[in-house]
Order: sequence, then structure tokens, then C-alpha cells
Amino acid sequence: MTSPYPMLSVLGILFGALTIAAGLIWLERRLLALWQDRYGPNRVGPFGLLQVVADGVKIFMKEDWVPPFADKPVFILAPAIIMVTVLMSFAVLPVAPGIIISDLNIGLLFVLALSSLGVYSVVLAGWSSNNKYALLGGMRAAAQMISYEVFMGLSLMGVVLLAGSFSLPAIVEAQRKIWFVIPQFLGFVLFLIAGLAETRRTPFDLPEAESELVAGYHSEYSGMKFGMFFVGEYLGVTLISAMITVLFFGGWLGPVLPPIVWFLLKTFFFISFFILLRASLPRPRFDQLMSWGWKVMLPLALVNLVVTGAMVLAWS
Amino acid sequence: MLSILKTIWYVFLHTFQKRVTVQYPDEKPYLAPRYRGRIILSRDPDGGERCVACNLCAVACPVSCIALQATEDENGRRFPEFFRINFSRCIFCGYCEEACPTYAIQLTPDFEMGEFHRQNLVYEKEDLLINGPGKYPGYNFWRVAGVQIGGKDKGQAAHEAAPVDIHSLLP
Repeated sequence: MTSPYPMLSVLGILFGALTIAAGLIWLERRLLALWQDRYGPNRVGPFGLLQVVADGVKIFMKEDWVPPFADKPVFILAPAIIMVTVLMSFAVLPVAPGIIISDLNIGLLFVLALSSLGVYSVVLAGWSSNNKYALLGGMRAAAQMISYEVFMGLSLMGVVLLAGSFSLPAIVEAQRKIWFVIPQFLGFVLFLIAGLAETRRTPFDLPEAESELVAGYHSEYSGMKFGMFFVGEYLGVTLISAMITVLFFGGWLGPVLPPIVWFLLKTFFFISFFILLRASLPRPRFDQLMSWGWKVMLPLALVNLVVTGAMVLAWS
Repeated sequence: MLSILKTIWYVFLHTFQKRVTVQYPDEKPYLAPRYRGRIILSRDPDGGERCVACNLCAVACPVSCIALQATEDENGRRFPEFFRINFSRCIFCGYCEEACPTYAIQLTPDFEMGEFHRQNLVYEKEDLLINGPGKYPGYNFWRVAGVQIGGKDKGQAAHEAAPVDIHSLLP
């Protein structure tokens, strides 16, 4: 089910993902402002939309500074890793029937694998900065992302059991009768929390916790290198929202409107929900985060897997 | 757990609440009449300068941003030769206004005095003087003060009796 014009899909998805990620800077600021009874950026262009362009121009003009005490090659490599891994995950994402770059039969595993690789970016950035706050941030990121990845994968196995495939378009097609959020509600909640932790966003932004660690792993970064971490984070948010849509909310499926509109609508709903979480929740302490992950979420994910497995066995 | 969901819901409800931002340059905020903003020097109803260069404002100023030099005109009337306020230092505390015995120095409801060069924040007397009595219309220090100046002798001020003739024996 790959596209008849592969290059067109590649360019479309790449352009779309990067535009959305950049637009999210504006969207997040406007939505946070809305929920804090403010206006947010509304001066540059219509509704402040050109703020993104202004910020982009500014960040490109900034001095690209590598601290003399940093481990130079690793320092430069780290922000590239996050961009590459997140952008590669978009390759298996089915936007609409026929609009997918590569319909891998292990698409879901591919996404999980790349999100694991994304940890390297943060850890290496924290390490190569040669700065204690950055190192603490990198360490926290390593611990957090590794522990939340475990049940992130497990929480999705229920979906895989129900759909009988790792391929994302096949999972979407399997939701024609009923969206997986209903039979897999626990899995959905677990994946949502794991996804939040995986993108390192509030309330799970301990790696960059600005009130404790300056800016965590990207304390020493400036200019476009910092911009790449930023875009990487927003791409991650887009990716996780799109994954939730695909895995639990029937991807492009929906009445009347064309499939791509449904997909984008659902994705934007979850992006907005992520921003709402950022607006409302405080950050947990680090030990709370770890014990919550290992003592609550992991057993719940296992229970979910076992129960789903038993159900599938009983009914087939 | 429930409290977390509640928090999310309450924050979401703010979508429908009025925004508190005042869109400043388009929408000016209300400034009270006694707002302590840009400092001016007022004139008495006859158009003369009220300031008598007594230096009390300069003494009261906690950041020493007022500088002036007293001089006298041909009638023996005191006035400042120069009067300088450095607004890059001024903290708009209003002590100068409180200290002024002649209602000359006054703070006004205006704060839009931004400049690109610090030097432009130093206001001279011609920048400070206004053509009006400010907050105290009708007040003229020289008409109520018992001070003798050219054109006005002792006892000629309003509500003032003539000086006692100490050589007379009459009560």
C-alpha cells in the first residue's frame, strides 16, 4: 500500500512534519496563554502566526557557540541524533491510505527502536557539555527514558495482539469496527503517559527542569543546535500524538471528511491535550517518577498484556 | 489521581474565561489623577515660575537626581537659574513634591518617556516647565507669603495684616 509517487510522500511528510513542529511553538504559546488568561504572541502577522518566522530568523542569526571545555565532536553530533531519529520515525507513519513513505511490516517496532535511539541524543548532549547541570539532566533523561520505554512497548502489545500485525496501516485497518481505545483503554492511558515521558515534556520534563538544572542537558547549547533540540522535542510531540491517533483512535478512519483531515484533526487534538497537560500539571520529584514507572506502570502494562492475551485466546 | 484530572479540567475551563491582559499600546490603562509619573514644574496663575529655588526637593530626593542653582531677579524674587532632573535616576517616589513649599514641583500621570539615549533623559528647566498651575489652580506663593519683594511690601499679601508699628504706643 505504498504511495504511487514515493518522492511526493517523502517531501509531503517531511515538509508537513517540520511545518507542524515549527507551528507548534506558536500553538503552544498561544494555548498556554489562553489557559492562563493571557493572549500570547499576537503582534507579528495575523494572530501572531509569523512569530515562528521571526523566531526562526533570529535563531539562525545567533552565534553558534561551542564551549571550549566541551567534547566537540559529540557536542555537535548530539542535536543531530534527535532530529534524525524522530524524523525517521515519520517514515512508517500512515497519514492516509497511500500516503506513507514505507509500509514496514514491523513499523511499530521501528518507531519504538528509534525512540530508544533518541535517548542517545540527550545523554550525549548532557555528557559532552562537560557541565554538572547538563550531566545531571542527561543522567535523569537516561534513567527516565529507559524505564518508561519498557512499559511503552508493553502497553502497545495489546494493540498488536488485537490487530495481529506490527504494520501501522494494518493496525489502522483493524480498527474499522471499533477504535482500539475502547478495548485497550488501559493501554491507551499507559502509552499516553509513556509518550509524555518519552518526549520529555512537562510534567515529565525532569531532564531539563529549568527550576532545578538551568536547562538540563541543553544548558550549553545555543543558536541552531539548541533549535534542533527544540524542533526535535516538538517533532516528538507530533510523533507521539500521531502514534496515539494511529494506534488507538483509528488513524485516518472517520465519516464524511477526507481521511487526511481526520488524521490531522485527531493528531491536533492530542497535541493540544499535551499542551493542556503542560499548562496544568506540576513536575514530580525524580524518585516519585522512577517508583511510579517501575512499581505502578510496569505491572499495569503486564496485567494489560496478560488480560488482552487471555481475551484474544478465549474469543478466537 | 482524581485531583490531577480535576486540575486538568479546571485549567481547561479557563478556555472560556476573559483574558486579563491590557493590550497596552492600543489600549491605554487608567492612570489615577495622583499617579506619580513624569515630573513637571508649574507656574502660578499670573504666569510666573512657582519655584523659589529653596533646594528642599534636591535635599529630599533619595537618589539625588535633582540639581538646581538659585538666583534672584531685579525684584529680589528667587528663581532657579537652572533646574535639572535626571530621569534615568529618578525613582518617582514623590518626595520632592511633598517637600516643595510652593507647589512648584509636581508629579503627573504620564510614564511614556522612553528614550534611545540615556542623555536624553536629563530634563532641563525648559523641558520641565509647563504653562499652568498643575494640580493647584489659583495658588500664588508670593501673594500669600510675608516676604518682601519688589512691587510688594510686607503686609500686602492676601489675608495679611500690616506689620505692627513698634514705635507706636497704641495697642
